[in-house]
Amino acid sequence: MKKIVLAFISAALLLPMLASASEEGTALDKANIDLNNTASLRRGAKYFVNYCSGCHSLRFESYQRLAKDLKLTKQEVYDNLMFSWGKKKEIGSYMTIAMPPESAAKWFGTAPPDLSVVSRSRGVDWLYTYLRGFYLDKSRPLGVNNIVFPKVGMPDVLWQLQGFQKASFKEVADKDGTKREVFEGFQPATKGSMTPDQYDQAVRDLVTFLAYVGEPGKLELHRVGVWVILFLVIFTALAYALKKEYWKDIH
Amino acid sequence: MSNTNSSLLGWIDARFPLTKLWKEHLSEYYAPKNFNFWYFFGSLALLVLVNQIVTGIFLTMNYQPNASQAFASVEYIMRDVPWGNLIRYMHSTGASAFFIVIYLHMFRGLLYGSYKKPRELVWLFGMFIYVLLMAEAFMGYLLPWGQMSYWGAQVIISLFGAIPFGIGDALTTWIRGDFVVSGATLNRFFAFHVIAVPLILIGLVVAHIIALHEVGSNNPDGIEIKKNKDANGIPLDGIPFHPYYTVKDIVGVGVFLILFAIVVFYLPEFFGKFMEKDNFIPADALKTPQHIAPLWYFTPFYAILRAVPSKGLGVLSMGASIVMLFFLPWLDRCKVKSMRYRGFISRIALAIFVISLFVLGYIGMLPPTPSRTMVARVFAILYFAYFLLMPFYSKFDKIKPVPERVTFK
Repeated sequence: MKKIVLAFISAALLLPMLASASEEGTALDKANIDLNNTASLRRGAKYFVNYCSGCHSLRFESYQRLAKDLKLTKQEVYDNLMFSWGKKKEIGSYMTIAMPPESAAKWFGTAPPDLSVVSRSRGVDWLYTYLRGFYLDKSRPLGVNNIVFPKVGMPDVLWQLQGFQKASFKEVADKDGTKREVFEGFQPATKGSMTPDQYDQAVRDLVTFLAYVGEPGKLELHRVGVWVILFLVIFTALAYALKKEYWKDIH
Repeated sequence: MSNTNSSLLGWIDARFPLTKLWKEHLSEYYAPKNFNFWYFFGSLALLVLVNQIVTGIFLTMNYQPNASQAFASVEYIMRDVPWGNLIRYMHSTGASAFFIVIYLHMFRGLLYGSYKKPRELVWLFGMFIYVLLMAEAFMGYLLPWGQMSYWGAQVIISLFGAIPFGIGDALTTWIRGDFVVSGATLNRFFAFHVIAVPLILIGLVVAHIIALHEVGSNNPDGIEIKKNKDANGIPLDGIPFHPYYTVKDIVGVGVFLILFAIVVFYLPEFFGKFMEKDNFIPADALKTPQHIAPLWYFTPFYAILRAVPSKGLGVLSMGASIVMLFFLPWLDRCKVKSMRYRGFISRIALAIFVISLFVLGYIGMLPPTPSRTMVARVFAILYFAYFLLMPFYSKFDKIKPVPERVTFK
């Protein structure tokens, strides 16, 4: 038994060695979101409907659910978050968009994806880095490129807030002599309406909102989970006592 | 239950062997008293099976087996069905939990020689359960209709294309019901996942338990407790399964459920191992994901597949890696069952086998590189060596004297 355990441990220690030559690419910045921060969620929802919802739908999220989870009244949702695109929307409507995907594909090269579960497919850190990672690049049709999503079809929609930025790269040689460009950092090119800190917070709000939309029931599960586990711990303790009682005659 | 004269029970017993079944399988089924940690996983597998069936029924009430609605219906379950997210996570976590429990259950068999005479059929039924479970998990994984669902199915089904003489291509088309994975594939996988496979699975589980209760349970000492009986014909080292092992297994259930609940409520994706990121992107036949990997419970076999340079031989090796397990009762020529009384070589062999499984499983998750493929080859050879050399090392390995009675502290 001890030998088996020892073998397991040594195998576990060896495994990471295999991973060494894996995933490169730009390091992601930590988003540090807090799903319990309702103020941040509300700001994120505001940014989303103002800057994103022209092109991106949230087809699985209803306004009603949004109102409930962000603790907003129906009227507040009507006034601030629901834009009527010719067709009247009800509170029970899903957050769809009016832009036809075929036209969008013509304009941007690909139709902007629905973002309902983007926080789960990309991860919040990726989104946080992506939305802060646009830089000027004359070779691209829309004049911008992205550090974590090269050749992205999306324009830099938040440029008014952040200001445009330039990216600097340096050339490094690999062990085998092949040269490649490595990202060094961003430098501001134009001034935005927000300071860098304010902008980071705005993006964090937006990412928090997308993380919420990705899994609206998450916090409820977290709340219930504590009680379920507490019950199970007590249950297990009682079961153990019962087992002891029954087994005391077995020698 | 013992009072057969009570009116209702007497009435039933005259028509259906309820008391008889209860006695044979629970209150008078004598199990060795020295079961240890490794003996929890049989009853836990049964628990997880029930969990999968019950949560599966509720998921089926809202899921749409339809290529255009499947992905959206899963999100509908996650958001708009009351407690739908909990039920779905119990089902998705249950799938991984099933394999964890089954792998530990099988390891117990290897450790204490539970597959050896007279339990060969118990082992074989168990192996068929395991293979069906893999089919069940594979087909179930297509249902959320995400990118990994789709491309995982595409890759695995295309493996059948390696069969020569023009059979392969025809076979893959027949399995998919189309020339690519499509709505037709989704519909038939749904049918198999919710009815065909579970039906056979339950039948096999019953056969597994009946076969076990016919011969009696093995134990960590690998001693047949039926050899030492008292005047009433009751094994001296045996205790009635109920109440002794029912109360003990409930403790195991409690500990298991605590761990299960932690994952379900707080870590349902389990760091991308139980639910893959790419599966939150709807299936797209035109966009191949950069890296297609099956879920963790298949990765050792996937690594073996990739380790072999030719596709045909790779598929053959992958198949062989599972078929080998079926032959275990006849590959093992050791005179004793339990690892406790086997020699050094058998222990090392088992350790190497387990390490190989872990290393292959780990490599199977990662994108292939030349060095990883080399490592996979070494460990694939070790994996097969465990089985192929077993007739020799198990026979010549030194054995220790086995006691008459079980060790119990």
